[in-house]
Amino acid sequence: MSDLREELKQRIIEQLNLEELTLADIDNELPLFGDGLGLDSIDVLELIVLLEKDYGIKLSDSELGKEIFASIDKMARYIEANRTK
Amino acid sequence: MKKIYLLDDVIVSPLGFSTRENLTALREGRSGLKFHKNNRFPCGGFYGGIIEKDSLANAFVGLGDPKKFTKLEQMMLLAVSRILEKNPGLHLYETALVISTTKGNIDLLGNSSFPGDRGNLCGLGNLIRDFFGFQRQPILISNACISGGLALAVAKRLLAAGKFSQAIVLGGDLVSDFVLSGFHSFGAISPEPCRPFSKNRKGISLGEAAAALLVSSRKSQGPVHISLIGEASANDATHISAPSRTGEGLFKSIQNALREAQLCPGDVDYVSAHGTATAYNDEMEATAFHRSGLFGVPLNSFKGAYGHSLGASALLESILTKHSLLNNELFASMNFDELGVSKPLNILRAFERKELKIALKTASGFGGCNLALVLKKEEND
Amino acid sequence: MTEFSYKITDFVRLKNHGIFHGTAPVFKAEKSLALEQFLKESYNKLEIAYPKFHKMDGLCKLGILASEVLFKDHTISRDTALVFSNAASSLESDKNHQQAMGGVVSPAVFVYTLPNIVLGEISIKYNLQSETVFFIDNAFNPELLMDYAEVLLDSKKSPAVVCGWIDLKNAEYDVFLCLISNKGELPLSKENLKQLYLFENE
Repeated sequence: MSDLREELKQRIIEQLNLEELTLADIDNELPLFGDGLGLDSIDVLELIVLLEKDYGIKLSDSELGKEIFASIDKMARYIEANRTK
Repeated sequence: MKKIYLLDDVIVSPLGFSTRENLTALREGRSGLKFHKNNRFPCGGFYGGIIEKDSLANAFVGLGDPKKFTKLEQMMLLAVSRILEKNPGLHLYETALVISTTKGNIDLLGNSSFPGDRGNLCGLGNLIRDFFGFQRQPILISNACISGGLALAVAKRLLAAGKFSQAIVLGGDLVSDFVLSGFHSFGAISPEPCRPFSKNRKGISLGEAAAALLVSSRKSQGPVHISLIGEASANDATHISAPSRTGEGLFKSIQNALREAQLCPGDVDYVSAHGTATAYNDEMEATAFHRSGLFGVPLNSFKGAYGHSLGASALLESILTKHSLLNNELFASMNFDELGVSKPLNILRAFERKELKIALKTASGFGGCNLALVLKKEEND
Repeated sequence: MTEFSYKITDFVRLKNHGIFHGTAPVFKAEKSLALEQFLKESYNKLEIAYPKFHKMDGLCKLGILASEVLFKDHTISRDTALVFSNAASSLESDKNHQQAMGGVVSPAVFVYTLPNIVLGEISIKYNLQSETVFFIDNAFNPELLMDYAEVLLDSKKSPAVVCGWIDLKNAEYDVFLCLISNKGELPLSKENLKQLYLFENE
């Protein structure tokens, strides 16, 4: 269970070029947007790409993105429920 | 006040290969946006304003062998050649060439059907220069979607400083898979013809065009002339792809352009907006227009007729704005359904005739750039 | 205005893995380093502390490094214009995007396929809401840059201008930016700009 969360943190750091962060810096409940990790609109799009590439989930409505990507935990639960890879 | 005169122009677009043809099409409410098949899109294709290749080649064949020139080159050379045909007295050793394009011959990247340097923007500029024999090195601007209008502003600034006395401002860009795939990754391509400022807008439609505008520090002989009397550009400084929520850069550009023109918002008769039909752009523009006190001024976007022609768009639309002033015509903002921005705007829903004197043209682009141009119609004494 | 009203207040050069503030070396990296490594080491050496740097493409990283050095000793007005130029446009990012087109396209790569994005990145970092323009030219063109900078200054559209050349092609870069204003000793002239650009820093 926690492996997916650690894996997600690693992939997010790589995909979004968050070079100055370590896995330990990203708490499972930390808001990824706004005052938490401070991700922006391009980052949402990149996370949608990551969902498709790594987990085979095609998000048809990018509006859902902000809910699904609200935290590592929310993202992991969505992936567990919908992954095809 | 330093100003330049907008003398003659040519538009090469899906709606025709002359300004006159384009104006006729707009009066008849025709749009250049058609459905084009493309496997990249879940619905099987996209709506775009694409110039028919064979028609272009037929128009170009009098200038050169279409097989030896890329589509964009044919478009841009055709536009310049028609300016030169109509203005045989132009001396190419004193006429500057100011070119605007975002991606040039980008369809040549990774494809060797033409020599290497044609794919780069300098190569394109040099080709156009040498084709006609312009003596001055072209000034080439690549500044996202404000490029076409910025090229006009740059021409005015250098003309006003006496660096040259006339210039052909030339803009051009293609609908390419390169750009389509990029905007698609942003979820920014509308599945239907784009609807600027509308409640049901779902993103952009891309378009391609070339436009050429002859500008000078000397006015023409005719009874009426159009001049560019104010212009300004300002960066949002907030994000490289999303516009400022408060319309900061556009608001500042409008203020500065009006100040240079020695005018206030109440003097503006018509606003030709950028209106790309993305959720954020149109909302940002509405905010900036509202802050500038322009919310009651008749306003349209030409993107419903042409799609977003990138480096050509602001120049093409400035030419249409010029003719709107000349002919006292206001074109409908095509595909508008109902207002879908949070500030009131006076969107043109139908063609109308109205006495016009001052127009504002605006543009915004990736990188947070914004531009405002003030055009004025005056009678010759 | 005569061409000697304004001054080249300061300048920065990035070439051959060296960063020079004026003619003084700020940082020299091993010439054998890959571009990415050079950019990272420079970022660390200059203590920039701006995590967004790592998301940028090569052209923008070069622009941020150069601006950091150039702006260090000056109070930069929000209206300081940016007048940049190059020959290659955004070629490196163009190639990256083009390679991805057959598979999964990255919006973060596509957004950098315009040369003026570097102007946006600098504007964001240093909070400049100013006149900006990106020219494409065969080679460094001091006459165009000087003429345009003077027009902006004379017309009072901008109180100061950063102008120069920022080119990146096949991992080879050539960056020369200068700050033009009323301050300083060195007069703004075509010849002076050319000399500074050609100065062989070792």
